[in-house]
Amino acid sequence: MLSQLGRLVSGRYHYKRSVSCGMFREAAGRSWFSCGALCKRRSQLQRNACLEMKQRVVPCQISSRSASRTTVDHDELKKFWSLASKWWDEHGEFSALHALNDLRVSFIRDNLLNVHRARHPGKPLLGLRILDVGCGGGLLTEPLGRLGANVLGIDPVEDSIGTAQLHASHDPDLCDRISYQACTVEELSAEVEGGEEECRFDAIVASEVVEHLADLETFAFCCSHMLKEGGSLFITTINKTNLSYALGVVVAEQLLRIVPRGTHDWEKFISPVELERLLESNGVSVQSVKGMLYNPVSGAWSWTNSTAINYALHAVKQRVRPQQDRAEHSGP
Amino acid sequence: MHTLPKATLALNRLGRGFITEKHVSALKIIRRGLVHAEPEDDFSKNEVYDVIISGGGMVGSAMACSLGMDPNLMGKKILLLEAGNKKVMDKVPEMYSTRVSSISPGSATLLSGIGAWEHITKMRYKPYKRMQVWDACSDALITFDKENLLDEMAYIVENDVAVAALTKQLDSLSDNVRVKYRSRVVKYTWPMPHHAADSVPWVQVTLANGETLQAKLLIGADGPNSMVRQELGIPTVKWNYDQSAVVAVLHLLEPTENNVAWQRFLPTGPIAMLPLSDTLSSLVWSTSHQLAEELLEMDEERFVDAINSAFWNNENQSELIDTAGSLFRGALAAIMPSTGSPRQLPPSVAGVGPKSRVMFPLGMGHASEYIRHRVALIGDAAHRVHPLAGQGANLGFGDVACLTQLLSQAAFNGKDLGAIQHLLEYETERQRHNLPMMAAVDLMKRLYSTNSAPVVLLRTFGLQATNMIPTLKEQIMAFASK
Repeated sequence: MLSQLGRLVSGRYHYKRSVSCGMFREAAGRSWFSCGALCKRRSQLQRNACLEMKQRVVPCQISSRSASRTTVDHDELKKFWSLASKWWDEHGEFSALHALNDLRVSFIRDNLLNVHRARHPGKPLLGLRILDVGCGGGLLTEPLGRLGANVLGIDPVEDSIGTAQLHASHDPDLCDRISYQACTVEELSAEVEGGEEECRFDAIVASEVVEHLADLETFAFCCSHMLKEGGSLFITTINKTNLSYALGVVVAEQLLRIVPRGTHDWEKFISPVELERLLESNGVSVQSVKGMLYNPVSGAWSWTNSTAINYALHAVKQRVRPQQDRAEHSGP
Repeated sequence: MHTLPKATLALNRLGRGFITEKHVSALKIIRRGLVHAEPEDDFSKNEVYDVIISGGGMVGSAMACSLGMDPNLMGKKILLLEAGNKKVMDKVPEMYSTRVSSISPGSATLLSGIGAWEHITKMRYKPYKRMQVWDACSDALITFDKENLLDEMAYIVENDVAVAALTKQLDSLSDNVRVKYRSRVVKYTWPMPHHAADSVPWVQVTLANGETLQAKLLIGADGPNSMVRQELGIPTVKWNYDQSAVVAVLHLLEPTENNVAWQRFLPTGPIAMLPLSDTLSSLVWSTSHQLAEELLEMDEERFVDAINSAFWNNENQSELIDTAGSLFRGALAAIMPSTGSPRQLPPSVAGVGPKSRVMFPLGMGHASEYIRHRVALIGDAAHRVHPLAGQGANLGFGDVACLTQLLSQAAFNGKDLGAIQHLLEYETERQRHNLPMMAAVDLMKRLYSTNSAPVVLLRTFGLQATNMIPTLKEQIMAFASK
């Protein structure tokens, strides 16, 4: 069990403990490279930002360790901001991820509303516990929190967690609803182990994350483990096709050379069929898969019938007892 | 490459365990650190509002109601700031107000959706079913009506009545919308588009009493001289028409059905008579500053004579144009037998309401941008038109409907209400409607400000042709009644 957990390690995770340049590129490629060839130049900028952060004290640890103190070093705060502005600049390096919210937030919301029929005007997801795996700067965590859900965002990169916490801290509505934790999914899973059903989640979201993971099996196992029965798992990722190879790897890395070679590991991409098999074997049944398309000119995403490049997936954890229940009926 | 030494894992666990326990308090510390620029006590007072609307006139109040009633915006903190007193109207005053607005069916739908229209109908309003526009320099006329006078074309509502109705509705929404009357804004502090280390990411509004409020989105509804717009440095395209409008309440000679809005283009500017009741009408006379001042000075009898002759006098007509016009009309009638509605005669004016004569200068202005980071302009703050088409209030209510719909959608998608994406949509959508309307109104104004024969001939033909083509008229009306 433990060795299985140990195998689940993302590229980002390496970066945290390592200053090797190769690892670093891996880290730099996180989260946005799957947004298509257009985001490539961002990686360079992000890398510079990361280099500045290198070998400094990790911000999140500072804030947690100084919890008993009453002041915070303002120079440290300014440093967070230099990163925060990168994650949160709607027209900047992460614009494609910001734009993706148009699809993924409504995808998550509508599927959850199908399962949880209670209506709360203004706060449609009120009372739901959601885990955002690989939350980065909290780009998806915050919208889900605004919809009323209690969201926990986790990411192994402590810098990102610091950024996410700082950004949310300005908004009193979000402070109460969302929290962040710098850890990996298997660590959190170990924590939930033995906990009450209440500790588990109504939904787990892994958006633009699974293509970075070393061990998908463990990931699927942990997600299933942390989900309540009938809980939903939402994944958006990039398919393993010739087209995704051409756009994501050949164009971005070898032709345009804006993304450093090796950023994209096509081998880690996963097809919806493969992902479905993996999830089903962990007791999570896939309800729907939808293709997503990024338009580089308008900078907007749209739904498409083809899942050849990017796709979104909704799966539901089956209940142990084979009884008739509404969750199984409510797939789209 | 994809394995990690167990020791590292353990180390990380240790650190992470610490974070798990402490992350809530860590968050609080960060938050305190961020507001360090101000004394700590202030933050609790400086509540962050989701939306602050600056200006509680017709359009600003309608915006507040509209947001406060939207189900997707339930639970959002909305604040309306108004510099003046609360305008309550327990009983409708006997005297009619001179400041009236023409409310299109589209605007009435919006007001009815937010519950204010019911209050207006209980107070005072006057529908009209037809509009007749004609030229002082020729026989040309155009009439607009709907389905043989079955439907109302628009409604004349006193501005005070509209504001009182909206105020009443706001009272019933006190759970969702807070209103601060007698609150004058002295300063706006704009957030940086890309956050700097020490800055607050919200718009800060400083009031004259020293209070500072914060908003995720500020809506500027503070009129044609908008302080929000000026403080933002948004340039406006504007010009004065070198005209003033004289408004007054008119007593008609005899009671009539009074369901027609009359407007005649004089070379000095348009004069309009809008129905208020069976015996009263509202005058809006746009003319030169000098003539306006003279009209204001006149005794009542001479003023009434001046109005009647402005509607009836034919001294500006020339025989040539009359002949050409009637020939053209005859030719058109031969091609299209579906002639326009017949000419009607406006009622005669007998007197003027006491102390009801007021004048104000006319201008036209359009803000080149309606939005900035976390700010949107609505109503006259964004666009000001000549009153000749009665579109001023309607353009503002159109802004309200559009912005409400976009903010509602944004909230349902979990978006930050001040995010630029949906504000840009608002700007695009509204400019696409407002600009052609403003251009058309301005063109009308210019076309009719002259009595030079070729222009008069051209507009005579144009007006007559338009009058004879029902589909074109329908399109004009559909556009104007949005």
